[in-house]
Amino acid sequence: MNKKQKKMLTRIVVAAVLLVALHFVPASGIVRFVLYMIPYLIIGYDILIKAGKGVRNRQAFDENFLMAVATVGAIALGLTGSGDYTEAIGVMLFYQIGEWFQSYAVGKSRRNISELMDIRPDYANIEQDGTLTQVDPDEVEVGTVIVVQPGEKVPIDGVIVSGASSLNTSALTGESLPRDAAPGDEIISGCINLTGVLKIRTTKEFGESTVSKILDLVENASSRKSRSEAFISKFAKIYTPAVCYSALALAVLPPLVRMLGLGLAAEWGVWIYRALTFLVISCPCALVISIPLSFFAGIGGASNAGVLVKGSNYLEILSQAKYVVFDKTGTLTQGVFEVSGIHHNALEDEKLLEYAALAESASSHPISKSLQRAYGKELDRSRVTDIQEISGNGVIATVDGIQVAAGNDKLMKRLNIDCIPCHHVGTIIHMAIDGKYAGHILISDVVKPHAKQAIAALKQAGIQKTVMLTGDIDRVAEQVAGELGIDTVYSELLPADKVEKVEALLREKPEKAKLAFVGDGINDAPVLSRADIGIAMGAMGSDAAIEAADIVLMDDDPLKIAKAIKISRKCLRIVYENIIFAIGIKLICLILGALGIANMWLAIFADVGVMILAVLNAIRALFVKNL
Amino acid sequence: MKKTYKIDVDCANCANKMEDAAKNTPGVKSATVNFMTLKMIVEFEDGQDPKAVMQAVLKNCKKVEDDCEIFL
Repeated sequence: MNKKQKKMLTRIVVAAVLLVALHFVPASGIVRFVLYMIPYLIIGYDILIKAGKGVRNRQAFDENFLMAVATVGAIALGLTGSGDYTEAIGVMLFYQIGEWFQSYAVGKSRRNISELMDIRPDYANIEQDGTLTQVDPDEVEVGTVIVVQPGEKVPIDGVIVSGASSLNTSALTGESLPRDAAPGDEIISGCINLTGVLKIRTTKEFGESTVSKILDLVENASSRKSRSEAFISKFAKIYTPAVCYSALALAVLPPLVRMLGLGLAAEWGVWIYRALTFLVISCPCALVISIPLSFFAGIGGASNAGVLVKGSNYLEILSQAKYVVFDKTGTLTQGVFEVSGIHHNALEDEKLLEYAALAESASSHPISKSLQRAYGKELDRSRVTDIQEISGNGVIATVDGIQVAAGNDKLMKRLNIDCIPCHHVGTIIHMAIDGKYAGHILISDVVKPHAKQAIAALKQAGIQKTVMLTGDIDRVAEQVAGELGIDTVYSELLPADKVEKVEALLREKPEKAKLAFVGDGINDAPVLSRADIGIAMGAMGSDAAIEAADIVLMDDDPLKIAKAIKISRKCLRIVYENIIFAIGIKLICLILGALGIANMWLAIFADVGVMILAVLNAIRALFVKNL
Repeated sequence: MKKTYKIDVDCANCANKMEDAAKNTPGVKSATVNFMTLKMIVEFEDGQDPKAVMQAVLKNCKKVEDDCEIFL
């Protein structure tokens, strides 16, 4: 509770106690009026002042004005007739309780959500003359070596110079499994160092580091307003004046009609009372507070699960996603090529790999990288001579004095060596050693462990169509799509073709079904921005992805896509619940009020009670663990 | 040019009103008030002095909602 809230709470308690106490005081007439004015002024003086200022600034139709008119009116009715002032004070009291609760709940959820995103590092350690000094991360220059001790947050992006440890990335990715880090590894800020002391050479300034970017993104997220929020602000603008004018009409027209048209008694008091009830109901607070709060909580919950949403509007669009288009490499597959088989080999596997790796050792092609990885040992380049790269075919080199040829079937044809074709899908490297065929090595991309589950989860979440776009050859694409259960595949696409395909899909889909594109953010920025909603994954450390996408998945687990969609649906469901609930209850109370069935007590419930329930409901959007 | 200011305001509807008031201030191209993070993001028209414009924004905001503050 802050100072303002404490003061308000005191006023509420004092006024409530006085109100109850006065019930037992047998005063009447003017004495009674004066006595009752004490709690009324204690609880409502600021509202009256604000209402006065509002009128002076020609901003009459705000809730202060409504409350002032309603309660002053009720007191006037009490003064002229019943002598009952409790209703006016009660209305003011409950209105203030509602305001207090709202301010408390909003403050609380503000704090909760910022705690969820508690990744801001407070300091960085720099070693100077053998001792550690804590400095402001903002002051650390690029290239400085910082020290991160166990239990501390990594403050700035960098590369590990020395030390090995495991890192807790859960604040960034929602992933609870620690990640190992060793010298030479890139490390991103926001992780928590768990076990060993790490020395890190910074590669970025603090302001450019991952942690700053993420905080900036999350803090500004709810500034991009959704259509529901825009609708509510417009609604509030029309609704309040509309109810005020109806209240005026209700106070004046029925008595006039009764008096002049029907010849009955005017009953001014009854109709004015009903009109005042109208005013109490008319405050749009429940709506204007609960809708942004729902989105804020939804975005906060999502970021806790490792899903960064750049704005309420994107959460709204994501909830309407019916088509999901994937990029293949790096999204559904690892994007790392691995040796997945060695066939028809004349030598031992190990030996063949060694020759292949040595022959390809001069090349920087991903294929040669994966050969080296599969071989797993240090390569002695001095063993390789006479390297001859034949572009589009492969490599011929001399290893330990023996001629080794490694490449595709074209290379084998060129050398007049018969090769055995492979029936597996992937890149095939035929090997010929000393002019004789020595078998082939199969290299293929590996499907991510959760990819199949992810597609199934999307289907379960009601996604109508899944599409995969890839630059890879038909055979590979078909095989991967079949394995994962993807509906449609477009293969052998250039980056520009991907944009065209997405545009074609956008044209053919119904207007209401939204299309989400999921990519790894490295080369599909144009597609990410063209789709209704762009989702980049595996974005830890990749600035391009964070810039281009609307939603960023911090780790590269495709299961998070379905999770993100579920989070957005829950959030939007809560938003609609609140809109329907709040407007529904208010309309019912307005009708009951006009008919004279609802009194002011019910009216204040329609206002404050609905607001409290809507706020509590909105906070539910924060809980996304079990989705 | 875009700038972000911290604000203090009590109710969501008042925040909406502040947003409107800021938008209608001369020199302001667009403005967004984020009630949840208590921030006002103002985009100024070219060649405007943010300081002078923000004084006017503050005045206009005070007019629609007396109980608000923009930390300039």
